[in-house]
Amino acid sequence: MRRFLAELRESIRMALGAIATHKLRSCLTLLGVLVGVFSIILVMTAMRAMKNNIEKELGSLGSKTFVIQKMPGAYFGGPEGFMKFMRRNDITFAQARAFQRKAAFVPAVGLQASFWNGELTSRYDRTPPNLSLEGATPGTFITNNWGIIEGRPLLDSDLESTRDVCLLSEDVAKTLFPRGSAVGQRVKAEAISYSVVGVFERAASSEGAQGLAVIPITSALNRYGRRRQITILVQASDPALIDDAMEQSRGVLRAIRKVPPGQEDDFEVLSSDSMIKQFQTVTFAVRTGLALVSSIALLAAGVGIMNIMLVSVTERTREIGIRRAIGAKRRNIMTQFIVEAIVLCEIGGILGVVLGMLGANALAVYLLKLPPAFPVDWAVIGLAICSLVGVVFGSYPAYKAAHLDPIESLRYE
Amino acid sequence: MSLIRLDAICRHYEMGSETVHALRGVSLTIERGEYVAIMGPSGSGKSTLMNLLGCLDSPSSGIYELNGHHVGEMDDDELAEIRNREIGFVFQTFNLLARSSALRNVELPLIYAGVGLEERREIAIAALTDVGLADRLTHKPNEMSGGQRQRVAVARALVNKPSILLADEPTGNLDTRTGAEILELFQNLADKGNTLIVVTHEENVARHAKRIIRVRDGLVASDEPVT
Repeated sequence: MRRFLAELRESIRMALGAIATHKLRSCLTLLGVLVGVFSIILVMTAMRAMKNNIEKELGSLGSKTFVIQKMPGAYFGGPEGFMKFMRRNDITFAQARAFQRKAAFVPAVGLQASFWNGELTSRYDRTPPNLSLEGATPGTFITNNWGIIEGRPLLDSDLESTRDVCLLSEDVAKTLFPRGSAVGQRVKAEAISYSVVGVFERAASSEGAQGLAVIPITSALNRYGRRRQITILVQASDPALIDDAMEQSRGVLRAIRKVPPGQEDDFEVLSSDSMIKQFQTVTFAVRTGLALVSSIALLAAGVGIMNIMLVSVTERTREIGIRRAIGAKRRNIMTQFIVEAIVLCEIGGILGVVLGMLGANALAVYLLKLPPAFPVDWAVIGLAICSLVGVVFGSYPAYKAAHLDPIESLRYE
Repeated sequence: MSLIRLDAICRHYEMGSETVHALRGVSLTIERGEYVAIMGPSGSGKSTLMNLLGCLDSPSSGIYELNGHHVGEMDDDELAEIRNREIGFVFQTFNLLARSSALRNVELPLIYAGVGLEERREIAIAALTDVGLADRLTHKPNEMSGGQRQRVAVARALVNKPSILLADEPTGNLDTRTGAEILELFQNLADKGNTLIVVTHEENVARHAKRIIRVRDGLVASDEPVT
């Protein structure tokens, strides 16, 4: 073992020497490997950065809460597949109400729908025009983990009397009422006036998200029309029970929507986990495809490596003869040339990994505004593939070198 | 027991449909510490004999015993090991690794013998010092004169303490003066008890040896001590 390591070290040293003597040729050869690994790492790093970001957003629901809605969480298929979801009947307010009544097995159910996007104004200021006006129930605050920090929560009586009250997210309240409390003040959305009864804060991960103004869902339906897709938010009592709760909820909603037995659901039940999983299945094909294309580049690079190694063996016939005369076994010569191929590939591979990660993160950070990602697993896989390419395409030249006749090769000019 | 014993060694090659008989039954013995020259015109089988003695080739028939090893029956790996341990080569064209320093060149046999890094360095430096090149350790072959290169080759040949030093036309590529220097080095080595076999076609080189074996048409034509 010790002897093998010593031999390996010697081989690496000899390989570096041989590569250094033919700098231009070596550079051109390892360029192929570099490009192959670069593209793998570029794609994987970019995907990882996107994935991290999407998972963070999808994961903001928390581990206890799940969502029931008409559309799936992530869909990247063709328009036909999408139409299948579009043709589903909306989850109506009546159905959602019925669900809420029957869902006694969970501690909290909230209904939520987005009704209007625009600019909210107060006496003092106005919000950016991307504010979202949401209709909600008291349960929505619990399931979304919205904490009341000022004023009062939304009440069932607000819904029953369809009051024109609203609660503002903290950022909106700060914008509209820079000096003093928002509670008790009035805000206007396109000339419709609401009195602010409370201010709530959201989870830290939603920083920079669009501002929210929440009004009783009944008031919203009356004002903006009843044909709305309602999203049902459900919170289980414990993360461990979320699967059971999801299963029960499916049954309840199927009964309400009269889905015949044996037919698939005409709605989606999504938890953070299931959304992340859905996203991963959708992107799996993309990732595999890109990895495959990059592998073809590596294959081409491997042929280049083999070509150069064959030239190198012929050029160094005499050196091989000398080594054999001095006592190198076939195995030694074989090792030397395979190690040389691997070293060549690894240099290209390491450069490819570094450049790929830099490139992808530059893309992610500056263009897509995502936090950088360093997929160590892919770096390792990339380098392992490089070694494999070296072994596979270095083997034949090495075999050829090892089986040269020592007498002939000593005479070789 | 003799260091080298050849008994009825034959070696023939297939060249297309023809069979070339390079050696047709050579028998000879060489004792430890001898200084032998092998002479013969080209085509005499001299090179084939040298390749056999150097364990680069195996006989078609006959027995070759080197230091108690039956070389004829060995496989490729065993031959490589024998070459490494028992034989030091010196070639007409030096055959040094052009891109490696003198020290690296001399270290090479030790690498294949599995000697550790520091020990290897020490032995190689000692070997180069013995041939008078202590101040040329880091020089590459193309930075040295022919005589110096051949001395590096001698240091490399001796570094593993082989049983025989096998030199193939060691002065062929050197001018008369440096050739004489190398022959003097050989003389010193012989005096120290090394076994030397020099293959040459120059009479005055062969004269330095104690014994001359003349080969002709694949047979030993004469084998007599130098007077």
